[in-house]
Amino acid sequence: MADDVTTRDVAASPATSPARGAAGRTSRVRPAAPARGGRRGVNSQLRKRLEIVFFVAPALALFGLFVIVPIATAVQMSLFRWKGIGPLVDFVGLRNYVSVLTNDVFTGAVVHNLVIVGLSILIQLPLGLAIALLLNRRMWGQSALRTIIFVPYVLAEVVAGVIWLQLLQPQYGVIDGILDAVGLGSPEQGWLGDPDLALWTLMVVLTWKYLGLAVILFLAGLQGVPEELYEAAQLDGATWWQVQRKITIPLLGPTLRTWGFLSMIGSLQLFDMVWILTRGGPANATTTMATFLINEGTERSNFGIAGAASVVLFVVALFMAVLYQQLILRRDTRPETGRN
Amino acid sequence: MSASTMNDLSLAPTTRNRRPGSLRPTNVIVYGIALVVVALTLGPVIYGVLGGFRTNAQLAETPAGLPDPWVLDNYVGVLTNPTFWQYTWNSVGVSLITTAVVVVFGVMAAYPLARYEFKGREGLFMVFVVGLLFPATVAIVPLFILITQNLQLGNTWIGVALPQAAFALPMTVVILRPFLMALPKELEEAAMIDGASRIGFFWRILIPLSGPGMVTVGVLAFVASWNAYLLPLLLLQGDMKTLPLGVADFSSEHASDTAGVFAFTSLAMIPALVFFLAMQKRIVNGLQGAVKG
Repeated sequence: MADDVTTRDVAASPATSPARGAAGRTSRVRPAAPARGGRRGVNSQLRKRLEIVFFVAPALALFGLFVIVPIATAVQMSLFRWKGIGPLVDFVGLRNYVSVLTNDVFTGAVVHNLVIVGLSILIQLPLGLAIALLLNRRMWGQSALRTIIFVPYVLAEVVAGVIWLQLLQPQYGVIDGILDAVGLGSPEQGWLGDPDLALWTLMVVLTWKYLGLAVILFLAGLQGVPEELYEAAQLDGATWWQVQRKITIPLLGPTLRTWGFLSMIGSLQLFDMVWILTRGGPANATTTMATFLINEGTERSNFGIAGAASVVLFVVALFMAVLYQQLILRRDTRPETGRN
Repeated sequence: MSASTMNDLSLAPTTRNRRPGSLRPTNVIVYGIALVVVALTLGPVIYGVLGGFRTNAQLAETPAGLPDPWVLDNYVGVLTNPTFWQYTWNSVGVSLITTAVVVVFGVMAAYPLARYEFKGREGLFMVFVVGLLFPATVAIVPLFILITQNLQLGNTWIGVALPQAAFALPMTVVILRPFLMALPKELEEAAMIDGASRIGFFWRILIPLSGPGMVTVGVLAFVASWNAYLLPLLLLQGDMKTLPLGVADFSSEHASDTAGVFAFTSLAMIPALVFFLAMQKRIVNGLQGAVKG
């Protein structure tokens, strides 16, 4: 990859050469020399190129070895039947993909991921926005409040998951205890043990874990709204709700859209929390694409199947990212591309 | 009538801006909601910490009760457990290596992407932007094979730290590039006139000035590495495990010892929380920077 970029640069060098290198020292040594664009220019171009390679190479090498190569390997693996021993010889074409895409557990996992993407945005957007709007005023303990709201996000998913696992324990857990005390029943197999409830319980825990991120980002966006706008609107007799609806929320647009993107990508990649809380169970009720492929790859050594699932996960993520970009983020980037 | 309107106009800004704590009905509602949010947010965490001070008998009898009497055994048990310290030590090692690699490689890569003009620059930058879309999960099985078999780095700190750094690079470059771009061009021109090379400019001017940006990406990389689960889960065994693995193991091996699990988990989250409180501004700034692009 590095080679590719450098060769393209070399080929294109005359176009960019008058940029910077010649302006400083070189020009002082030989002022107004007609040959300036000649050998010296090439030398400084070469030097510049070497500098670029020197600076970028370590990052690109690391990125290539640990990101690009494994992803390419996943694609390759997906075309073979392979149990992890010996060379890749048993070429099966697209059969792993057929087997993954016709596997009810996997299609169920895709549905779970999409449900989590949708519900995360539907729950956290209004809730986060409401909390951010309410807290966006000078009030006592404001900075402490912001810190507290952010705490769950900073905890490791494993730590948060293990705590919730204890809270949700059937019968002995505090949540069932409280429900008992107020006279409400709780599911016999527990909140995470009942296939009909497990996904919803997972959503509650995910909301708890990630709402803070939304609130903090929205609050930051709110600080970017100029105070004069509020004052002007108030002078015009607008109510608090009108101000929020007509001024604040539209101006918050870019922040909301970018948060939505982050939230979507995170939901599609979800693994840690599910693995700790349910391992994808009960009866595959909470399996996600990530838990499916880890299960196939590391527990059952079906590397071909895991590879195919990885590729599908990536394609789904890419597809949704492009879709999001086209439908939603485009409004933000358009003026910028105009400037460039 | 007119007098009272005048009054309103002149008083309104004062009450709004200068006396935030006044107990108007709307304020009461706001504080009420804030309290509920705080309770729901901190409730599980506080319950876990307090649960560590109770016995399993207390927990089973009154799940929603307070420690009575307070018991230190659970916490003492964890703190005198050499495995806990071993895991903590591993977490520190892996996170520090990850952070160092990410910051050094990241700022190096961001420099030409921000301040050199060359064809293919945007294309190169796009490589990192697209990298944001690659979850480690997608590559995890080949990564596991690459590290354990091809590189023979299974069960080592560096075997976990290097891929973690690689996956943290895109975010780092994306955050650092605008940061480096924002440093005024005059600085660079002045340095060049004074005879500094671009590399000299990088070392003597850019690095010192971009300290805050590097701290931000460093903190983000550290927290992500400290909390990471999947990669360590596949790569580390036995004495090499990190704290999140320790927490998960402890909770499944001592499933019936709820109080012990609470104590272990509470102690495991202290480093992340302390670090967060110390670096809060940086973390929040970094995330906001990422969102604003």
